[in-house]
Amino acid sequence: MLLAVVVNRMAMAILTLAGVAIVVFILLRVVPGDPVAMMISPGASAADIAALKAHYGLDASLGRQFFIWIKGALTGDFGTSITLHVYVTDVLAARLPATIELALLALFVAVALGGGVAVAGTLMRRSLGETAIDGLNSILLAVPDFIWALALVLLFAVAIPVLPLTGRIDPALAEGFATRFYLIESVLTGRFAVAGNILSHMAMPTLALALPLAAVIVRLLKQSLKEAMVQDYVLLARIKGFGELRLVLQEALRNAVGPTLALTGVQFTFLVGGTVIVERIFAYPGIGNLAIDAVINRDFPLIQGLVLLFGLIFILINIAVDLTVAMLNPRLRHA
Amino acid sequence: MEQSFFKSIAEKARQSPAIAARLAADHRVVRARVVARGLMQSTADKIRQLPPLAVDLARHRQLAEARALVLALAAPVVQAARQPPETVLRLLRDPKVVFAGGFIALLIVLALGAPLIAPKDPLAQNLILATVPPAGFADAEAGFWLGTDGLGRDVLSRVIYGSRVSLTVAFVAAGLACAIGSLLGLLAGFLRGWVDAVISRLVEIWMAFPPVLLSILLVAVLGTGLHSVIAAIVVIDWTRFCRVVRTEAMAQGQMDYVVAARTVGFSRPAILFREIFPNVMPVLIALLTLEMGIAVVVEAILSFVGLSVSSDTPTWGGMIAEGRQIVHEAWWVLAVPLAALFATVVAFNQLGDGLARSLDPVLRR
Repeated sequence: MLLAVVVNRMAMAILTLAGVAIVVFILLRVVPGDPVAMMISPGASAADIAALKAHYGLDASLGRQFFIWIKGALTGDFGTSITLHVYVTDVLAARLPATIELALLALFVAVALGGGVAVAGTLMRRSLGETAIDGLNSILLAVPDFIWALALVLLFAVAIPVLPLTGRIDPALAEGFATRFYLIESVLTGRFAVAGNILSHMAMPTLALALPLAAVIVRLLKQSLKEAMVQDYVLLARIKGFGELRLVLQEALRNAVGPTLALTGVQFTFLVGGTVIVERIFAYPGIGNLAIDAVINRDFPLIQGLVLLFGLIFILINIAVDLTVAMLNPRLRHA
Repeated sequence: MEQSFFKSIAEKARQSPAIAARLAADHRVVRARVVARGLMQSTADKIRQLPPLAVDLARHRQLAEARALVLALAAPVVQAARQPPETVLRLLRDPKVVFAGGFIALLIVLALGAPLIAPKDPLAQNLILATVPPAGFADAEAGFWLGTDGLGRDVLSRVIYGSRVSLTVAFVAAGLACAIGSLLGLLAGFLRGWVDAVISRLVEIWMAFPPVLLSILLVAVLGTGLHSVIAAIVVIDWTRFCRVVRTEAMAQGQMDYVVAARTVGFSRPAILFREIFPNVMPVLIALLTLEMGIAVVVEAILSFVGLSVSSDTPTWGGMIAEGRQIVHEAWWVLAVPLAALFATVVAFNQLGDGLARSLDPVLRR
């Protein structure tokens, strides 16, 4: 049964990705700016321009261009970046790890922070503490990562200048890495000073991405916990003499966590989308920052590759969420 | 006998002055009543046409059916009859709605009256008076309440003028996205079948794009400027309305009043726009308000990246981008427009929250 769901979702995913590919391809072909005109010197002759167009395959018919691109994309070849003059696949492979580390760290912080506050709020039921959490959270729910990022810049660049404002790692330390997963690698190889440096760079973008998600988690999880706390099994545990903290963590949380998990998965795609602007603000060298440059420079092959990559990430997250929810909830398994 | 039963129900409705008064005022109630009466009539006719021997047996079943129908119809009638006057009062009693609505009203006044209210010309540069801090700090200059930016322009005046772009985008972009999205959502949810399949797939494809990247891509395609920003927001965010309205229209389509309207032979467009749409409205209004907050942020992001209106026009996002560059020398150039953006987004959100709670009979309970 679960297998059927997986197969079905995969088929849907392929259809969606094909749709994304067509949409982005058509969109880019109606761009008024000519990428070749932007990269060539003003004095170039018509023959030079034609030669360059032929070099990048921009002189072929639209249908043929699409065919060539799709054929390449299926084999992992997204063409050559017009501005960076390297294979798109190589650029993406070099930049993706930075974004993955950032997104996962932000997810972890959001879950820890959101879960912690939700549990704390449940422990403080019907007290001033709960009212304060609810009131504050209803405001925080409205604040997007863009505003958080800049507020953090104000706070940590001006008021308490303790964190580096831009980048991913001190350039002097960015050597001797076997992979591009700097944070994970430095922790695994025991270079904790380097890891600390990376974390101090990641602190602000991570918080900016994590806080909106944390607010969503607090609201939903607290609501579910509240409902679970009045169930019979919690009452039974209370009669047995368990403490309040244990009631929340061991009895209520386990049954209340389902909806939050599903929503967190959906919201995680928003978090990944948010990396685009947050990486820009902190000059963090991931695929989001790259995407804005690619669009501004009208780098067709790079934009196409990036959009498809983002689309793929979104779809994979959605499938993973659906499967996790289905596996955790036996009632949903056959839905 | 069945006629006396219907009469007694009608009698009871008329006896309650509150219901009777509002029944006359609300067209939906009147229509529901007409529908109810038509159904009762046809049921009564059917009973009369039955052969005499079967009548005794059939009468019980038919009556039970008629009674169930009347009860089902009466519920939305009574609910609709109660709604309008109470809703307005409830809205005014909700502090969220009052404060947030008041703030947005103030913002609208500032935007419309910017030339009269702003103390200085928002574009006038004065390099001698560059990066003057806000009033109350050391080296502050009289007349520049919130300081000046890197080119010596008055920050307060620029924030006031910047609200014009933000509010224009908020109302126009959110309104258009709402119109397109809810129309498609209504069609998908009501017609089902292949229409639903096509629209749902389209939504799913749309959702696979990161919204910020898509908006930047669209503005790059359309060229910079206010129109492109609005178009980009509409193209991206219609899906929000489409998804919610589709679900809501599906739910409403199962309701008794829609079944009743179908039974009396209302045309499909009539059912869609005169029966279902008014009932989707509460959800839609709340969603629209939330979308306005989102639109303000998207405009700010596009201005920040340099893809919105030209740099001659003050925008909050543009000011934020400039402030980000000189944050170490003049923090207020970033802080002031950021605070304005924050307050506006929170206000739209709280207003949407309050409206959702007040207008939605399910959330209210």
